[in-house]
Amino acid sequence: MADTPETAPTEDQVPVVLTPTEALCAAVGGLQRVLSAKIAVGEIVIRTDLASLLELMTVLKDDPRFAFEQVMDICGVDWPQNAERFEVVYNLLSVSLNHRLRVIVTTDGVTPVPSVSHIWAVATWWEREAWDLFGIPFSGQSDLRRILTDYGFVGHPMRKDFPLTGYVEVRYDEERKQVVYEPVKLVQDFRRFDFISPWEGMTTLPGDEKAHREG
Amino acid sequence: MSGSMSGDTGTELVWNGRELPPGPDQDAVMKAITGEITGKGFVVGNLDRIVNWARTGSLWPMTFGLACCAVEMIHAYMPRYDLDRMGVIPRASPRQSDVMIVAGTLTNKMAPALRKLYDQMAEPRYVISMGSCANGGGYYHYSYSVVRGCDRIVPVDVYVPGCPPTAEALVYGIMQLQKKIRRTGTILRG
Repeated sequence: MADTPETAPTEDQVPVVLTPTEALCAAVGGLQRVLSAKIAVGEIVIRTDLASLLELMTVLKDDPRFAFEQVMDICGVDWPQNAERFEVVYNLLSVSLNHRLRVIVTTDGVTPVPSVSHIWAVATWWEREAWDLFGIPFSGQSDLRRILTDYGFVGHPMRKDFPLTGYVEVRYDEERKQVVYEPVKLVQDFRRFDFISPWEGMTTLPGDEKAHREG
Repeated sequence: MSGSMSGDTGTELVWNGRELPPGPDQDAVMKAITGEITGKGFVVGNLDRIVNWARTGSLWPMTFGLACCAVEMIHAYMPRYDLDRMGVIPRASPRQSDVMIVAGTLTNKMAPALRKLYDQMAEPRYVISMGSCANGGGYYHYSYSVVRGCDRIVPVDVYVPGCPPTAEALVYGIMQLQKKIRRTGTILRG
């Protein structure tokens, strides 16, 4: 009982209690090479640049305060209107400390992003996916093949300027006895049905205009 | 010599090559045949029908579960609908299977593999296209990576509509295929 504090905190000395997320955000934001750190919908998002990425990631993995043992997912985002068109998003998880972090870098799609595959081996598959779907190159990645799209596929389908239906379609050729690729030919073009759902947008249903008229 | 037999020797084959109308003639043939086969333990039937009976009674499918339709296909194998009782036993090898159930979205990347497996199946072989995606691309009709109908790759016998079709719908599709085999099946090589 000797450890009992003698004085309880008085009213004008209320200690600032940070939630674990806020504490982590403050700690990560205090690191060098972090351009910005903020909490968005309960999740910590930090931004950095390509030159600092590897160093920051190494710290995030090895520093016992952070201990991000796993990278859950590396994905791309395409912003065609931006000068640095692509974002690469790293979602990190620490299983020992039970917290998560999102790291974002931007690239123009030509400058390669340094690979983190020697920090987390699983990153190889994620980087291959980002390369396949967005065409984001990764330097230091020894196995930068496509991973999802067809063999011999041309283009990067998740880019905003990639046509929805692509360029080729396949069929079986009875004479050549093999599956052949041909330029895509549609009987009917894609139609966008962008109606307001009656459950969301229409508060006055057809026939009820009189009853709902103002005045 | 149809409809007759030599009662003396009993060696000449009884062959009802021409259908006799009901009456004394037919009775005589039936009686002679019955006397011939009693105790020998075999029956005589129409060969085409026996072959069709065997084909429809043991339709072993090549399980080609590609997407969520595969779950409904699994339901059809499970005890509630129990395709086993119809002789439909899933095989993991194209060499042993009679029918390929294309259950799910067929992508461009999978198309050559699907055709190769179809080519490896022994004849006579049938294809059931299950679900909207296999029928015509379905939800992914305008996708850059999906085949707009598996009939662009393999010839399809029965299309089962739905997204996904219920297990009952697949069972009905299999019954429709059996009906088709009974109607068109032949032992002649096409």
